[in-house]
This record gives sequence, C-alpha cells and structure tokens, in this order.
Amino acid sequence: MAMVVAKQLKKTYRSGDIDVQAIQGVDFTIQPASFVSFVGPSGSGKSTLLNMIGCLDPPTAGSLQVVGKDISNLNRQQAAKFRGEHIGFVFQDFNLIPVLTVFENVEYPLQMVQNWPREKRRKRVQELLEAVGMGDQGHKFPSQISGGQKQRVAVARALVTNASLVLADEPTANLDSTTANHVIELMKKMRDEFGTTFIFSTHDPRVVNNAETIFTLEDGKLLQGKGGNHV
Amino acid sequence: MFNIFKLALRNLRRYMRRTLLTSSLITLGIVAVLLFVSISGSFKSMMVGQITDSMLGHLQVHRKGYLASIDNLPLDRNLKGKQIKVVEEALEKDKNVAAYSMRIKLGAMFSNYTETTNIRLNAVNPEQELKTVPMLAERMIEGKKEGLVAKGEILVPELIAKGMDVKLNDSIVLVATNKDGSVNGQPFVVRGILEGISGPGGRDGIIHIDDARALLRMEDKEVSEIAIRLKKIQSMKDVFANLDTTLGSLKNQMDKPVFEVHTWEKLSPFFNIARMIDLMTLFIKVMLVAIVLVSIMNVMIMAVYERINEIGTIAAMGTSPNKILALFIMEGFLLGLLGTLSGVLISLLAIGAMNISQISFDFGRQEGLLLSPSIGVAEVLTVSLIVIAIAVLASLQPAWKAARMDPITALRHV
Ligand SMILES: Nc1ncnc2c1ncn2[C@@H]1O[C@H](COP(=O)(O)OP(=O)(O)O)[C@@H](O)[C@H]1O
Ligand SMILES: [Mg+2]
Repeated sequence: MAMVVAKQLKKTYRSGDIDVQAIQGVDFTIQPASFVSFVGPSGSGKSTLLNMIGCLDPPTAGSLQVVGKDISNLNRQQAAKFRGEHIGFVFQDFNLIPVLTVFENVEYPLQMVQNWPREKRRKRVQELLEAVGMGDQGHKFPSQISGGQKQRVAVARALVTNASLVLADEPTANLDSTTANHVIELMKKMRDEFGTTFIFSTHDPRVVNNAETIFTLEDGKLLQGKGGNHV
Repeated sequence: MFNIFKLALRNLRRYMRRTLLTSSLITLGIVAVLLFVSISGSFKSMMVGQITDSMLGHLQVHRKGYLASIDNLPLDRNLKGKQIKVVEEALEKDKNVAAYSMRIKLGAMFSNYTETTNIRLNAVNPEQELKTVPMLAERMIEGKKEGLVAKGEILVPELIAKGMDVKLNDSIVLVATNKDGSVNGQPFVVRGILEGISGPGGRDGIIHIDDARALLRMEDKEVSEIAIRLKKIQSMKDVFANLDTTLGSLKNQMDKPVFEVHTWEKLSPFFNIARMIDLMTLFIKVMLVAIVLVSIMNVMIMAVYERINEIGTIAAMGTSPNKILALFIMEGFLLGLLGTLSGVLISLLAIGAMNISQISFDFGRQEGLLLSPSIGVAEVLTVSLIVIAIAVLASLQPAWKAARMDPITALRHV
C-alpha cells in the first residue's frame, strides 16, 4: 500500500476577485518509509501541497489518499482525528509550546491527543528524546535550548505517537547550514530506525541532496513528469 | 483534565503581571461588594432593631381604618372587648409570637402650670410593653429605667421637656377630651425623659394604660393598637400572612372588615431607606459583574490573540476543538477563582478587623452606635459563584474563537 497517492490534485485559492491556482493538477505516489523532498522556489506551491497531504487544507479537485484513506472529503473533526492518529508535523519555526518543558512538549500529543497512560507515556517520551539526542535536556524549557535542539525536540514530538507520516514544511529555513544538515540527517536516521515516511519541503540547495526522492515544483506543477526524479 | 489545568495555570503564570492586575481588579470588586453588604447590613439590622425593639414592635393590629387617621389619634376607632379577645386568642396560638402589648394612643394638653402645649401619648401596660419593645427603656436619658412607668407617672419626650423646662419629679397636668367630648384633667409626676427617634410615635410621651382610661373616662377596656414582638424577625412574613388571613377576614354585621394588620415595614419610613440600601447593593453587584465581564473578556481576547500560532500548532497536531475551548475557559475560570478567593479572604479579614476595632458611628441624634458588620456564608457563596460564572462566561467567546480557528491561517499568523 502506498503512503500517499495524489491524482490530478488541484488547489485553487480565491483572493479577491482572482483565482490563484496554487496546485494545478499533480500526480504522484509516495511509498512507505521513503524520504521525500518537494523542492521549488518560493510561491511554487510546496506549502499548499504539504498542507493538503497533512489534512490541514482540503483539495479543490482530484483525489488524495493518505495512509490508504481518501482524505479529500473529511470534515474538521475527522481531519483533526486523522492528523492526531497518523501524521506528525515539524514546523519551520519549531513551534514548541513555550510554557511546557522539552519533556512535556514531546509528551503533549500522547497526553492531549492520544490519551496514553502515564507510565507508558513517560517511557515512550524518554525513548524518543534519547533517539534525537536530547535525553538529558527534558527538564529545560524551549527558551533555554538552541534552534537546532528545538528542531530535534520537534522531530521527537512528531514521531512520539508512532505516526506513519511526518510532514516538515521548510524545517531548516531558520537554521544555519551545518545544523540544517544535522536535522535532515537526524530525520533520515529516524526513518531508518522507525520506518516512518518523511516528506519535507525546501528551497535550500544545501539540504536537497539528502533526500532520496525529489519532486520539483514550479508554479503549482511537478517538473519531469510522474514519480519524481530520483537522485 | 489535569493537563488542561496545568497548561492554563502555566499560561497564567507566563503573563504574571497581567494575571495579577486582572485578578486584583476582581479582588477589589469582591471586597467592595462584600464590605458594602456587611456594613450596610449591620447598619440596616441595627436601625431595624432600633425601630422594632424600642417603638413599633414587629407587627401591629388596629381596628380597620385606624392607621389612615393615626395623625389625629382618634379615640372612636379603638378595639373593644370582644375584638381584643379575638386578637389575643390568635396571638396566643401563634408559636412565633414572643410578646404583645396593648396600647391606647391619645392626644392631650400638657401643662407645667405656667405654659401649655400639645402632647401625643402612648399609654401602655409597662410589663407588656417592656416585653414587646425591650429597648424602650434604653431610650430613657434620665430617670429610673426599671419598670418603665407606674400609675401617676409620665415619661416626657426630650423635646417637650426642654421646651417646657420640665425636670425629673416635676408635677405636670394632662388634660384630654374623650370621644364624647367631655374634658378631664389629671396630675402626673415626671418619671423620666425619653429620647426621640425618627418615625411615627418616636416623639410620644408614655403613661400607664390605667391612667389613660381614667383620664378618658373609658368604661370598657378599649385599646388603640396591639404591638407584637416575634421570637425571630425572619418569621415576620409568615406570621403576617397568618394574621392577615385569620384577623383580616373577620367581618362585622355590615360586612366590613374589623381589623387591619401591618408589619413595621408599612409603619416606618425607615423601610424605604432599608430598601434603598438593598437597591444600592444590587447596583454595586451589577458593577462587579460588569468589571469581571469586561476585564476577563479583555484578557482572554488578548490571550487568544497572542497565542494564535500556538493554537495553530496544537490544532495541527490533532488537539480537538473541544480541548482548545476547555483550555481557554479554564484560564478564565482560574483567573476568576484567583480573584474571588483573595477577595473573599481580604473581605473576611477586613470584617474581622472592623469588629475588633469597634468602629462607632452616629445616626441622626443617636451617637456611638457600634458597627458590627457580619456576612452570611450564603452571601459569600452567591457572590463568589456569580463572579466565577461570569469569568467563565466572559472567556466563552474568545475560547470559542480559538477553538474554531483554522490551523493553517493560525500557523501563518505572525
Ligand atoms: N490562503 C491563500 N490564499 C490565497 N493564495 C494563497 C493562499 N495560500 C497560498 N496562496 C498562493 O498559492 C501559491 C503557492 O503558495 P505556497 O504553497 O505557500 O508556496 P511555497 O510554500 O512553495 O512558497 C502562491 O502564489 C501563494 O500566493
Ligand atoms: Mg511555503
């Protein structure tokens, strides 16, 4: 079973009187445990595409299957539930909750979204913090750690629920290139360890080469036909 | 639930200064309300006590139509033998009645042998009267208080004593006209000087009821009014309703009602002041509600606005809208709770302090009344619950807005 299948996927935004065709009919398939990057200049539709895959934004037309489920017609509640169960997010600005410690941030989805029992939860959080190399930083607050460390915590938070798919929209845009590469390497390592599918977007040529599958977007269209251009 | 609590608490702590400012505003409001209620309540019950315990009693029974012409102190509208019996029977039966006193009210000429003036008199059986209005003796500023008044003695109201230059043990003469028009005079010895208080009957002199009957050459044992004291003032409404149906329904041969029953509230203008105090209390409570509503709503709207990005993040991660709603409502609730608890604490301490320091005040001509503010548990609970409920209500709209926020729009917000 493919992780993501998009067929003639379209997204049109209405801004004022004009329609902006952010995604203009794309087809692609992403297999489980792959490490995929969507690349393209600013405004090419990367965020729009990732938001649709992440059940945050419904497609205007076409079909979209994620984790074997057609998600083009979910309502708000269903979409929230689906995201909570299957998808992890890593954001450009890290988006850790400032009033929670590193440990509590990773614990959040297990406690507030999935209702895990306490002991099991604690064990799992520690496991993930160690996997991203933050095992001894759990007590710190986000304001007390560096950007690279924040993004590691964010990766741990995205993975903690055993999500099958992690979406990262420009996860390295706010990091220096060394740290950026470390974060991408960490994600790849996590893919190897947990078998999670990673899809990230970037317009940063320094990190693109780490991807195993690269889809290039331009003006809402995929270049070089279906299936992407493998590296 | 605990996590929602924890998150809300952490967010309140994050904006400590704002949290403290808002909750202290609520605290201030609560303190204002509770102190006003307790102080005005103490003032009110003291005044009501003054009026009912030194003059009116809690309830009064008259012959129908008496009250309408009470200014003239009519003698042809007294209760007579059988009618008095009926009232007595009704009062003896009622377990809430502590005592009652039969009075004859009359107007007379007061002469000190050189000058003459008008005087209004309340003629009583001293034993009954002291049981019915136990604080009456306290109003004697001169003279022996025990036994109130004996036959041949008079308690002269302060104003007349001053105006007529009458001293204790002086001899004076009262001249009265009875209802048949015959005039009679009788000498009295001044037994005491009576302090006046505001309200009807507050400036009457007092003589023994037997003297009044002799002065008026009354053959029957008539009375003008029956004042009633209850064991507890709280039962007044019930007793009144009871008497009003049993006595008020009795008709004479001409099918006219015989009696009229009144509570002190109908008899004293102070009741309107008491009502005014209640109205002011209500007004202050409305202000409190407005303060809580506006301040909490303001803070919660700010809180939602500042955290749009966080809301987007947790919504994207799959937090259900209901939980986001609960998160913000919890914050408003805790803010209200914090303000309420400290408000109640400060109020109770202040009330305690006022009782310890024995603050006194003057009311009219009465000086040195002790302020003894107190507040009921029910009142504290009601005010607290209202404030907390308003706090929750005020956070409802901002919380609702947060819960409905579209994650992408929220995440894109900077
Ligand atoms: N909510 C929106 N309303 C209107 N136009 C939008 C909206 N979101 C994105 N767009 C437009 O869609 C196009 C693709 O944007 P986006 O997906 O953010 O590109 P990228 O992430 O590659 O920079 C752009 O032209 C952008 O202006
Ligand atoms: Mg983008």
